[in-house]
Amino acid sequence: MENNPSISISNPLPPETDTIQKIGLILFSIGILLFIIAGIGVGSEKPILFFSLSIGLSVGGALIYFIKKYLKEPAGVKNNRVWQNSLTSRGIFGFIFGIIITGFYVVLYWFPSVLDNLIRLMDPLSNLIRGKDADQWFLYGTLYTLAIVVMGIKAILKYRHSNYQIVRTSSIMFFQLGFAYLIPAVLQLFNHPEFYFSYFWPLKYEYLFPSTVNYLSEQPGALGVFMIFWGGVMTFIATPILTYFFGKRWYCSWVCGCGGLANTAGDPFRQLSDKSLKAWKIERWMIHSVLVFIVVTTSLLWINSYYQGAVLGNISGGFAKTYGFLIGAIFSGVIGVGFYPIMGTRVWCRFGCPMAAYLGILQKYISKFRITTNGGQCISCGNCSNACEMGIDVQAYAQKGQNIIRASCVGCGMCATVCPRGVLNLENGPLKGRINDNPILIGNKEAKLIL
Amino acid sequence: MSKHIVIIGNGISGITCARHVRKLSKHSITVISSESEHFFSRTALMYIYMGHLKFEHTKPYEDYFWKKNKIDLIKKFVKQVDTKNKLVLFSDGSSIGYDTLVLATGSKSNKFGWPGQDFKGVQGLYHLQDLENMEENTKGVSSAVIIGGGLIGIEMSEMLRSRKIGVIFLVREKNFWDNILPVEEAKMINRHLGEHHVDLRLEAELKEIKADSARRVSSVITNKGEEIPCQFVGLTVGVSPNIDFPKDSGIETQRGILVNEFFETNVTDVYAIGDCAEFRVPPAGRKSIEQVWYTGRMHGETLAKTICGERSAYSPGHWFNSAKFFDIEYQTYGNVPNVITTPLSSFYWEHSSGKICFRLVYDFQSKNLIGINVFGIRMRHEVFDRWLSEGRKIDYVLEHLPEANFDPEFYRKYEPEIIAQYNMESNKNLKLKARKGLLATFFK
Repeated sequence: MENNPSISISNPLPPETDTIQKIGLILFSIGILLFIIAGIGVGSEKPILFFSLSIGLSVGGALIYFIKKYLKEPAGVKNNRVWQNSLTSRGIFGFIFGIIITGFYVVLYWFPSVLDNLIRLMDPLSNLIRGKDADQWFLYGTLYTLAIVVMGIKAILKYRHSNYQIVRTSSIMFFQLGFAYLIPAVLQLFNHPEFYFSYFWPLKYEYLFPSTVNYLSEQPGALGVFMIFWGGVMTFIATPILTYFFGKRWYCSWVCGCGGLANTAGDPFRQLSDKSLKAWKIERWMIHSVLVFIVVTTSLLWINSYYQGAVLGNISGGFAKTYGFLIGAIFSGVIGVGFYPIMGTRVWCRFGCPMAAYLGILQKYISKFRITTNGGQCISCGNCSNACEMGIDVQAYAQKGQNIIRASCVGCGMCATVCPRGVLNLENGPLKGRINDNPILIGNKEAKLIL
Repeated sequence: MSKHIVIIGNGISGITCARHVRKLSKHSITVISSESEHFFSRTALMYIYMGHLKFEHTKPYEDYFWKKNKIDLIKKFVKQVDTKNKLVLFSDGSSIGYDTLVLATGSKSNKFGWPGQDFKGVQGLYHLQDLENMEENTKGVSSAVIIGGGLIGIEMSEMLRSRKIGVIFLVREKNFWDNILPVEEAKMINRHLGEHHVDLRLEAELKEIKADSARRVSSVITNKGEEIPCQFVGLTVGVSPNIDFPKDSGIETQRGILVNEFFETNVTDVYAIGDCAEFRVPPAGRKSIEQVWYTGRMHGETLAKTICGERSAYSPGHWFNSAKFFDIEYQTYGNVPNVITTPLSSFYWEHSSGKICFRLVYDFQSKNLIGINVFGIRMRHEVFDRWLSEGRKIDYVLEHLPEANFDPEFYRKYEPEIIAQYNMESNKNLKLKARKGLLATFFK
């Protein structure tokens, strides 16, 4: 028996959900329950107590659960049962969850008074970091940031075999927590304008609207002018340069908060994006239409501002309002996040975001970025396409040995992470040979002649 | 002149052949399969069971592809081929005529006549129907036994473990897959199986399968007389060419359908490719039956050329293959025998984690590169293919190893460690030539 030690004796099968995980889940549930109770009424009476208990328990409980869940297994791809679990495969729980988040967005945008007790719950924190009472957007921003941080830690545990995913997820968490949450809050604390240094026109479309530029330029001190300058430089100079070197991923999957939420809280739903050719066709029309819409809107506003309303009257303002309602609120918020469990995590990024459209054009035509395929090693298993949150049929390229150069690719790297044969790699390389429309699959001397 | 090409089998070989015939000609093409309506990736079956994918995701082409490319699909079971009248006869009594027939019927799971091998809950894993059976057979199962230490066996272990089913893995060899892998690599996978709670029993063979009164498997008995209770048995002791109907159709067979280097059988206008074909004279350094995804694809590519008028012999390049053992990826380029003897020699490096390793096999006299095994590091196919063709010396290969690295950005680079060990063992002072880092991205 020397040669066949029975591993089962020293290495018994572990239970799927162990005691520590169960404790984590209980704490999490109590935290959520307290949050709901706070929302019903008591939140405004004892905000500090309920805030610390509900947030502390739910965050702590979730972390205990995830740390135990992932660390008890060896590092590696953890996609077991995503298509068998109701929540992550458009089952009943998926739809219920989708309705809940969609409902939350509707309430947040149009019926914030419903959330009043929860907003009051945030007052102590808001006063601490912003120097004023909370509003619905502070509540939203806090929950959003918490989701990215907690689920970011989960993503790091889940993908800890990939340094690319660890570094990238850390970057997302850093930019959300710092640039999209703390810095704008502290700016307000010191009576400066609330400004998000990680969002630029055309995603943050108001930043190049005449009204914003005028408002910022009238701020005392140099900070307002710097903000205008920053916005302009990031949109027109830094974006093309960074995209040339790294592809659009430098923004979409490393900095942007929308992508940040998709890649952390939304990670369990990434496989739900539609990979069909039809979806790709719709995507191209839609996303570029939104880009045109915002370019036209911004231009009209400036023309109107130049002529001081003499030529266009209310038309440009109407454009801006329509864009804000249709695209800014309904598309990016309600559908963009609310539909995670139905259409996957990047609905907004794929079909609507004008910044993604702009970055995509740059990525497709003037960038060193591509996803390369490794010779003839592809086995057409489909894991890469499945993992693509942007709905790219990665496999269609990989099985031909063709580089993947797609405007929509956000460079999350998940296709390369899940590939079982080491076929895919995100690379920044020379422009020459970047597009290889007639690739050869290595291995067959004959095939070199016919393709 | 347009011909009617009929291809039996819609796996990677048959479909690659159909696609390439379409690229090269206007022949009419019909692909027949009784397994599935559309081409799917057999290698991805495991991911369906594990819930990573659904069946539809394993189809490499969207369903519109076939009509758009004028490739007709028939889902019927072929009973026999009438080569005299050039007819394919189906089990439902219908038939279809052909000008050129391609047999790409694949394999079937081996069964070696063990007592009890047909009990309920005992199965192999090759066909889509096997997957459906496995879904059914493993419902409510808490412990399973897998027989046979190859790729399908370890895949089945991974599948079962994804559902927290206990796995006892009986392997005839001294270490996992050590008829292919050198002992160090094989032992690495032994250990990794333990990490995933697979109870690996080495040098263990199946003697008998026992069942309960409902003819459902209840235990297996090993060659050591041990009785292991279980509710599921996976038979993964290799596959053999699926040649039932060709054998009855006057097409010459041995283990597989006998073909020459042009994939021609003994019957004019009848060819065989993929798993089911057996070379009368195998290409240099190759086996007479090649049962790998990649070789199936190459067979299809080559035969398409012949069918379209340019008679081409199968002429594969350097051997390559890959697999994944739970979390450990494996790639191989060139030839790496499991036992390395003169005139070959090898250099082996293993990371302290015991999950990453690199083996370089070379000719002891000339120091020419013969092949590599790599576990846990991704390497570029194109680079090793080139180095093998150029007859590079191992010193060159080691110095230029960063050029072959295909790991994602921010991954730890192991080349310094590898070359340091080589320098120590060979008393040399080689230095890494290329670099691949953040700076290199700007200056490439």
